[in-house]
Amino acid sequence: MSAWRSLNFRAALLSVLILVLVLGIWYAATGSTASATSSAGMTAEQIEYAKMMGKDPGSTKAAGFPTLGQMGTTVWGHLSDPFYDNGPNDKGIAIQLAHSLGRVALGFGLAMLVAIPMGFVIGMSPLLRKAFDPFIQVLKPISPLAWMPLALYTIKDSSISGIFVIFICSIWPMLVNTAFGVASVKREWLNVASTLEVSAMRKAFQVILPAAAPTILTGMRISMGIAWLVIVAAEMLVGGTGIGYFVWNEWNNLSLTNVIFAIVLIGVVGMLLDLAFGQLQKAVTYVE
Amino acid sequence: MWSDVPSRATAANMPVTLVSPGSPQQTKASSMNGLLRIENLGKTYVPGKPVFSDVSFTLERGEFVCIIGHSGCGKTTVLNVLAGLDTASEGYVFMDGREISGPSLERGVVFQSHALMPWLTVRQNIAFAVVSRWPEWSRTQVNAQVEKFVAMVGLSGAIDKKPSQLSGGMKQRVGIARAFSISPKMLLLDEPFGALDALTRGTIQDELMGIVRETQQTVFMITHDVDEAILLADRILLMSNGAETDTGYKPGGIAEVVVNPLPRSRNRAGLHHLDGYYDLRNHIVDFLVSRAKAH
Repeated sequence: MSAWRSLNFRAALLSVLILVLVLGIWYAATGSTASATSSAGMTAEQIEYAKMMGKDPGSTKAAGFPTLGQMGTTVWGHLSDPFYDNGPNDKGIAIQLAHSLGRVALGFGLAMLVAIPMGFVIGMSPLLRKAFDPFIQVLKPISPLAWMPLALYTIKDSSISGIFVIFICSIWPMLVNTAFGVASVKREWLNVASTLEVSAMRKAFQVILPAAAPTILTGMRISMGIAWLVIVAAEMLVGGTGIGYFVWNEWNNLSLTNVIFAIVLIGVVGMLLDLAFGQLQKAVTYVE
Repeated sequence: MWSDVPSRATAANMPVTLVSPGSPQQTKASSMNGLLRIENLGKTYVPGKPVFSDVSFTLERGEFVCIIGHSGCGKTTVLNVLAGLDTASEGYVFMDGREISGPSLERGVVFQSHALMPWLTVRQNIAFAVVSRWPEWSRTQVNAQVEKFVAMVGLSGAIDKKPSQLSGGMKQRVGIARAFSISPKMLLLDEPFGALDALTRGTIQDELMGIVRETQQTVFMITHDVDEAILLADRILLMSNGAETDTGYKPGGIAEVVVNPLPRSRNRAGLHHLDGYYDLRNHIVDFLVSRAKAH
């Protein structure tokens, strides 16, 4: 009986109900359009006219929004064989995802290597903080995709340009948060370190870093969220591989089931990334 | 209470001794064997209006000195200068004949807000200090030192807890253990019991007094609490605020040095039964109310 009363259990039950409801509406909506486009009861002229208008009643290819059954077949197709590779335009979904995640990891990792040490320095020095502030404030609100032409022109490699775009969009939240976290480390902890004659390196790694870690992790979490948003758009532009390219390619194929599958997948992966960073954040958070 | 009678008898004919700063007796003592010598210390934020100036006193080895005064008189600044965390606008501080130029492991500090690092356990917090003092020590040596001082403040049961799991009094005990664990030549305490409730404060005062008597530690402590000063201190420095007078601005400073005449074996329970206690207390309270010029 107590399982029924648990908030988590009731919430999960409600979530499942909402999912069933949404799928039910989808089923009902697509089922009725399928019957509406039947050619029964039409004269030969009407069928001809419909064909001329691009609505071939006999064809099932572009018969409006995909039905649940078609969707299920597609999902099963992707999930049952995620690693195949039949040339540049036909790769398994796991391979596409791996390309996207690889780009995000590279761009994000590079951004971390730059943003965290730099944020540390800016946070420690009021002079540098003031000096860098105008640049950060101007560069931060620029849409990362706006860098794309410049990146393509200077780097001349579309794949590296994609990584650069991830790098540039990940860097700002991490930089700003690291600087803020380092600057707002409590005076008293620094005083303790001073009275114990702790060396600068030990102070940086054993006092300032753990004290600022929750704020730094928040910056990293925001950066990762943005990076995952941007990779899809960037891959649509640069093409070749990746989940964003997959979406664009399937749109060109007019395969809406594949597009819907990719959209859901992007959402799920984004959620998992956020969960992972949430766990990391929990690990470094301290209660005062 | 009856056990206190003998000590009352010894204290019976001891007068309250008042020594004004800079008197010949003081100067002589300071040049002899003072552990810490403070000369003409002053701090100015607004030009022409120093918060305090001409603060001079000496701490003897093994002596417990309290400084008492209203907020804003510059007590904490004096302590921070002694700790090396702040710099004075004028004057000098010498420890063992050498001028203080910055923070040092020789002067342990207990902060008002305990200043424990919340991401470390009690053990790790104290180990951080011990390792800073003796970087060459092995893990077992560090651990032994940590456990010894945690036991000293009676927190062995909570040694692997985080500060957030401790009460305010326990946290302050850890702060005290941390300051003692590095065996400093002297301790600086910035109102260590200010944030504690009266009952907890009393217990920790007793503990602190026991530890200080046992280790012969030299202590300089800020307090707002007159009874605390009388209980713990051998000498009490009364500090006045800076104020505008008819003859112009007069900076704050040490208005008076009160030597505690009560026997050193006093304790909190029997303190108010000791002869001379009320004279001393009234003297200090009168100073705070009428002469210290609170803002």
